Amino acid sequence: MTDTQWENLSNQAIFVAGVVYFLALLAHLVEWAALRKIPSYETPTTGRTAMFGRLGVLLTVIATGVHFVALLGRGMAADPNRVPWGNMYEFTISGAFFVSLLYLVLHRRFQLSWMAPLVVGFVLAASMTAVIWLYDPVAPLTEALYSPWLVIHVVSAIIATGAFTLGGITSALFLLKARSERRAAERVEERVAVPAGGVATGEPLGRPAATQEAGGSGPRTGYLARVPDTATLDRISYRMHAFGFPVWTFAVLITGPIWAHEAWSSYWSWDPKEVWAFITWVVYAAYLHARTTAGWRGRNAAILALVGVATLWFNFIGINFFSTTSQHSYAQGVEDGGAVQAAVVAVGPAVAGQPASGSSS
Amino acid sequence: MSDHDPARPGTTPDDEPTRRPGELGVRELGRWTWRQLTSMRTALVLLLLLALAAVPGSVVPQEDIDALKASQWRESHPTLAPIYEKLGLFNVYETPWFAAIYLLLMVSLVGCIIPRTGVYWRALRARPPRAPRNLTRLADHTTYETDQAPDVVLARAVEVLRGRRYRVEVSTGSTDGGAGSTDGDRWVSAERGYLREAGNLLFHLSILVVLVGFAMGSLFGYKGGTIVVVGKGFSNNVTLYDDFVPGSLFRQEWMEPFAFDVTDFDIEWLTDGPAAGQARKFVSHLTYTEEPGGPEREYDLRVNHPLTIGDTDVFLIGHGYAPVITVRDGNGDVAWTGPTIFLPTDGTFRSFGVVKASDARPEQIGLQGELYPTFGFQAGEDGIGPYSAFGDALDPLVSLTVWKGDLGMDDPGSQSVYVLDTSKAEQVTKEDGSMFRLDLRPGDQVELPDGLGTVEFERLERWNRIQISQTPGKLVALTGVSLALLGLIGSLYVRPRRVWVRARRTGSGDDARTVVEIAGLDRSGGGDVPAELAEVQAGIMETPASKEQDA
Ligand code: HEM
Repeated sequence: MTDTQWENLSNQAIFVAGVVYFLALLAHLVEWAALRKIPSYETPTTGRTAMFGRLGVLLTVIATGVHFVALLGRGMAADPNRVPWGNMYEFTISGAFFVSLLYLVLHRRFQLSWMAPLVVGFVLAASMTAVIWLYDPVAPLTEALYSPWLVIHVVSAIIATGAFTLGGITSALFLLKARSERRAAERVEERVAVPAGGVATGEPLGRPAATQEAGGSGPRTGYLARVPDTATLDRISYRMHAFGFPVWTFAVLITGPIWAHEAWSSYWSWDPKEVWAFITWVVYAAYLHARTTAGWRGRNAAILALVGVATLWFNFIGINFFSTTSQHSYAQGVEDGGAVQAAVVAVGPAVAGQPASGSSS
Repeated sequence: MSDHDPARPGTTPDDEPTRRPGELGVRELGRWTWRQLTSMRTALVLLLLLALAAVPGSVVPQEDIDALKASQWRESHPTLAPIYEKLGLFNVYETPWFAAIYLLLMVSLVGCIIPRTGVYWRALRARPPRAPRNLTRLADHTTYETDQAPDVVLARAVEVLRGRRYRVEVSTGSTDGGAGSTDGDRWVSAERGYLREAGNLLFHLSILVVLVGFAMGSLFGYKGGTIVVVGKGFSNNVTLYDDFVPGSLFRQEWMEPFAFDVTDFDIEWLTDGPAAGQARKFVSHLTYTEEPGGPEREYDLRVNHPLTIGDTDVFLIGHGYAPVITVRDGNGDVAWTGPTIFLPTDGTFRSFGVVKASDARPEQIGLQGELYPTFGFQAGEDGIGPYSAFGDALDPLVSLTVWKGDLGMDDPGSQSVYVLDTSKAEQVTKEDGSMFRLDLRPGDQVELPDGLGTVEFERLERWNRIQISQTPGKLVALTGVSLALLGLIGSLYVRPRRVWVRARRTGSGDDARTVVEIAGLDRSGGGDVPAELAEVQAGIMETPASKEQDA
């Protein structure tokens, strides 16, 4: 296949993947709409509802496969062939791919079916954002990106991004779930405290419902009812973060500086991408501390996890719009700077074009 | 963080320094402050503060990173600039308030590590704690009944737990039975995951190592840049740098006495595809000596492939053009000749430069203007005028305006070689008063009006921008983060657990059964204890017949 054919294949593949993700999302929405009518302690394993659930997962698998073809096509379309991590478009679709892949890999182990609509929705939104706003034609890598560190650094940054994103989604659900559990507990208290005039004690009638609602899972139908209890969510979220944190450390505090040292002559220069990668790292360190600190456990830790994802994705995409001094080339075009700066820009969009922290370096 | 809460519930039990009664006054206050400072909550708040404090540096241009952007910013924000200046916002990472946060964090860290190391040391040598009296009170527990004798069950439990790499402690039977146990309290107590705390301590300790390495770099190192015309050389001497940023404790005698020549420079231009116009594969061919008189070596300097000489690294970070311009003055003497560095202003290598022929007589001559490596011209109303179509020097042209008179070279204060001071000079015009402009291709020589002299564009040369830095402590920092990562892995993935198994005989005679209780405690909060207990139980119950015989 020629390079152009690969590029076309890649463009078609990302489009097809988008459509299939969308169908997967629809399938999960149908599933969850149907599940609303069934009490949460029943899990249908046969019938239409279950079928839609399985269909959703199947479609996600297909979409992820096609998504991979899109990435492969980007790499094969370049001359010489390369990893598909040369610009923001490629980073974003790669990041979305890893979120999806990680979700599928962990699906069975952590029983993540409750996460399906959110993950698929997120992946769909991220890849479509890339297609619509970030698209760039295939181009050879700028000089500074020719380095084995590109692969190591970007792969680790993107994997960590995937794990943190799933962890963030879990933490968001934790907060919603915690709120609904609290509400349910309040409702139960009201019911128990004010026994309806007519009914004798309220006790025998009230208690079973109370324990079920308060201890179990808030309301008994609806989406949140099927999300695992807060303790489980907290554990899953912790696991994702505990996986992501060392990988992120490796990406932004080891491989990033090593590469920066080779390409820019300084292993740490407080470049905006570096600053935000550091901020993200510190926020996640705070999250891990918060989980073991009284008064911070649970809710506050979950909020910190959300702050973490926010800084993570801000660094990934947002900082490019706020700062113009980044050496991470893919973040900006060549600018007319003043004299000396221009001398640096000169080596390129190349040297002034830099490693990708993916979200980091 | 400062709420006075003597009990301070919630910090992990392990890191809680116990409050001793009977100490008052200053000492008490000191202790209290120290405890607050070294508490988890303070560490957490300081971490968040550190994250917050790092933000402005990514938004406001930083002096050390991009001095030009910083000064432009100052000019365009005249009211804010002085305030920002006072707050140190142009140098966030060196301000006292930024330093205060991380130094406090480090103090807190040391205060945290030392006592915990002691606690850990004792815990390492301690036996697993005896079983709590009532295992079924623990959140995670299971119970089953069996016909096997308690001894058999417990022997099997020891085997299973050892197999799962627990450190195991066995009750010694009735004599060791807890108060109130009638027929001897028999249990097995097991613990594992000691490496978690070791990892955690290693991680926190390594942060200090990283900081030391980082500090060494910024105190004792330096970073400088120089522009070298291809064919020329450089020797490592402060005076030969174009810009030089030393660390605050840097000493010149630490500079290594190397020297190099840039013998040749290769570059490849892309002529098609979406990246057409970009340059690739720039290679600077160097010959260098590590010290005067030392053997001469060669090195191909490329992006991502710095040359390391001793402690110093040499990087290629930029390139551009240097037209060789010769100015002869009114008397016919050469007032200026040589490669003149033009700085690129965009990706097409359209470049700007100046010539200051201050020795020219009768009047000084100044030239300033642009170089177009591949000259193009777009005329017309919305035309952009002259431009460079391509970065490679396919059809180079310099276009210069000419100034005569006082170039301000004698004024006090240093003058940038890239800027022509035209405040006291007069622009040279044609006889009809219109602007006089030199458009020269290599080989062209043009006579200036008014008998000022001639200007010749002999040929085009190239320059390389070389960055040179000495960063002591970088290996210390690298070792630090690597150890930190190792510690982190231990700290996050090792699951510290305790498991207890108790076997009790109930009933009597033929009805006698053994009740087995298994309980577990996960000390990391991430673990799945019920699953672990289920596996332990399955292990103990496995193949009872054969085990019974062995026993
Ligand atoms: C530079 C500042 C610090 C950073 C980046 C940092 C980072 C971390 C990280 C990433 C963890 C998670 C690893 C784990 O769960 O074991 C952790 C755990 C921990 N940190 Fe820190 N830390 C810092 C300072 C401190 C300080 C000052 C203290 C003492 C007050 C402290 C006490 C702890 C404790 C007790 C744990 C273990 C929590 C557990 O039991 O899981 N840390 N720290």
